[in-house]
Amino acid sequence: MIDFRLDRGSGVSTYLQLVHQVKQALRLGTLRPGDQLPTAREVVESLAINPNTVLKAYRELEREGLVEGRPGMGTFVREGVGGATLADHTRLRRGLEAWVREARDAGLDHEDLRALFAVVLTDVTRDGAGSAGGGAGSAGGGAASGSGGTGAGRKEAGPSRREEGGPSRREESGPSGQEGVA
Amino acid sequence: MRAALEAAGLGVRYRRAWALRDCSLSVPAGRVAALVGPNGAGKTTLMHAAVGLLRPALGSVRVRGEAAFVAQDKPLYDGFTVAETLSFGRRTNSRWDGTSAADRLGRLGVPLGRKVGGLSGGQRAQVAITLALARRPDLLILDEPLANLDPLARHDVMRTVMAEVAERELTVLLSSHVVADLEETCDWLVVLNGGRLQVSGDIEDLLGEHLVLTGPADLIDEPPGGAPGEPPRGAPGEPPGGAWDRGRGLAGGVAGGPVVVSASRTGRQVSLLARGEPPRDPRWQVRRPGLDELVMGHLRGPGPAALPRLTGVNG
Repeated sequence: MIDFRLDRGSGVSTYLQLVHQVKQALRLGTLRPGDQLPTAREVVESLAINPNTVLKAYRELEREGLVEGRPGMGTFVREGVGGATLADHTRLRRGLEAWVREARDAGLDHEDLRALFAVVLTDVTRDGAGSAGGGAGSAGGGAASGSGGTGAGRKEAGPSRREEGGPSRREESGPSGQEGVA
Repeated sequence: MRAALEAAGLGVRYRRAWALRDCSLSVPAGRVAALVGPNGAGKTTLMHAAVGLLRPALGSVRVRGEAAFVAQDKPLYDGFTVAETLSFGRRTNSRWDGTSAADRLGRLGVPLGRKVGGLSGGQRAQVAITLALARRPDLLILDEPLANLDPLARHDVMRTVMAEVAERELTVLLSSHVVADLEETCDWLVVLNGGRLQVSGDIEDLLGEHLVLTGPADLIDEPPGGAPGEPPRGAPGEPPGGAWDRGRGLAGGVAGGPVVVSASRTGRQVSLLARGEPPRDPRWQVRRPGLDELVMGHLRGPGPAALPRLTGVNG
C-alpha cells in the first residue's frame, strides 16, 4: 500500500506529485503488481485535496500502462510492471553517473550540469512524442538560480543567454554548486 | 456539462448601493468552486441570493436541486448538546442522513454529549458542516468556512468536505480571502471585486490561458494619460470600449496576442499578467502564473482604459 505525502511548497503540481510517488514506489518495490492503489476517497480524506486531482493522477498512470482501473473494484498495479523498470533504472543510473563524472572532468559545475540536462531533456521531449512537462522544464531551467531576485539577479539568470553561449565554464568559487568542490 | 449554480445578469441592491451588478456565471455540477475577493466584493451577497435569502433586483440565480448553506458565524444553539443538535436537525428536515452525520462526528472525535457552546472553533465548524451535509444537498455553500480556524482545523474541515465530494456528485461553493487555503481543494474559480465578476472558470484552464510576462519597460506603450501600476481609475470592471479595450489584444491588434490583465512597473522593468498566446518578442520572460498571482492580477487589474499594451505593432 502507498501512503501519499504532499510537499506543498515544491511548486510541483499535486497530481504530478502523486504520479511521481507511485512511480517511485514501483521502483523501490513498495508497490508491486496486483497491489491496489488507495481509493480517491481515501486519498482526499487524508490529504484534503480535490478528488479530481487523484483521478487525474490515476488516469495518467493508466495512460502510461502502469496501473489499470477495474470497474467497481479500484485501481491496481498491472502485472509485469516493476521488475524491468528497476533493472533499467539501475543501468541508466550507472550511465548517468559516468556522464556526470566526465562532465565534471571537463570543468562543468553543478549549475552547468543542471542547465545542460534541463535543455537536453526539454529538446528531446519536444522532438519526441511526449509533451508532458516540456513547458515547465524550460521555464524552470532558466529560473533555477534567480527567481524573485532583484533586477541585477535577473540579468544573470536569463535562460536565453545560457542557451546561446552554451554552459559557461565558471570559476569554482561561485555562490552555488560548491557541495562537490573541496 | 450540467450547471449546479447559474446566475444571469444578477444584480442585488441594498437600499441605493449595488452589492452585486451584472453577474453572469455558472458552476458545473461536481465542482469545488472557490469564491474569492476582498471584503465587500459581494461574495456573501452572491451566496445569500443563491439560497434565496435575498431577492435579486435584476436578473436571476438558479440552483439545480437542493442547496445547503453554512453562514460564516456557524449559527448553532449553544445550549444544545451535539446529539440534541442532530436530533433537532432530524425533526426539522425531511431529507436527513443522521447515521452518517453521527459517524462523521464520531470519527472526528467530536463529543456528542458536549454542549455546542463548549466546542472548539474547529469542532463547531465540523458540526455546522455535518448538519448541512446530513440534508444530502446537491450544492453545499460555505461562507468563509476556514476563517478563525487553526491550520489543523482548516485541514480537517477540508478533508471532510473533499471526502463528501469524492463520495457522490456534490457541488461546493466556498468563499475565502486566503487563496492558499483553496489551492489544493478547488477546481473552479470565481473572482469578485466591487460587486463585479472579474473572472470565472476552470482553474486549470485559467492557469493555462494566462501568462506572467517580465521584460524591459520599453516593451509596453504607456496607456493614454496614465502609467501602469497607478490606482485604477473609475469603477473596477467598467465596460470596455476605450482605446485599450481588453478584448482587442495587447499586441497592437495582432490576432491571438496577449491581453493585459494587470501591470506593475519597477524601475525599468515591467511585469504583466496577460491572457492569450505568448508574445513573439524574445526580450519577454514568459512563465505560467500560480493561482495566487492569477487572483491578485484580476483583483489589481485597473479598468481597461488604464492598461498598457505591447509596443512593436501599431494598431
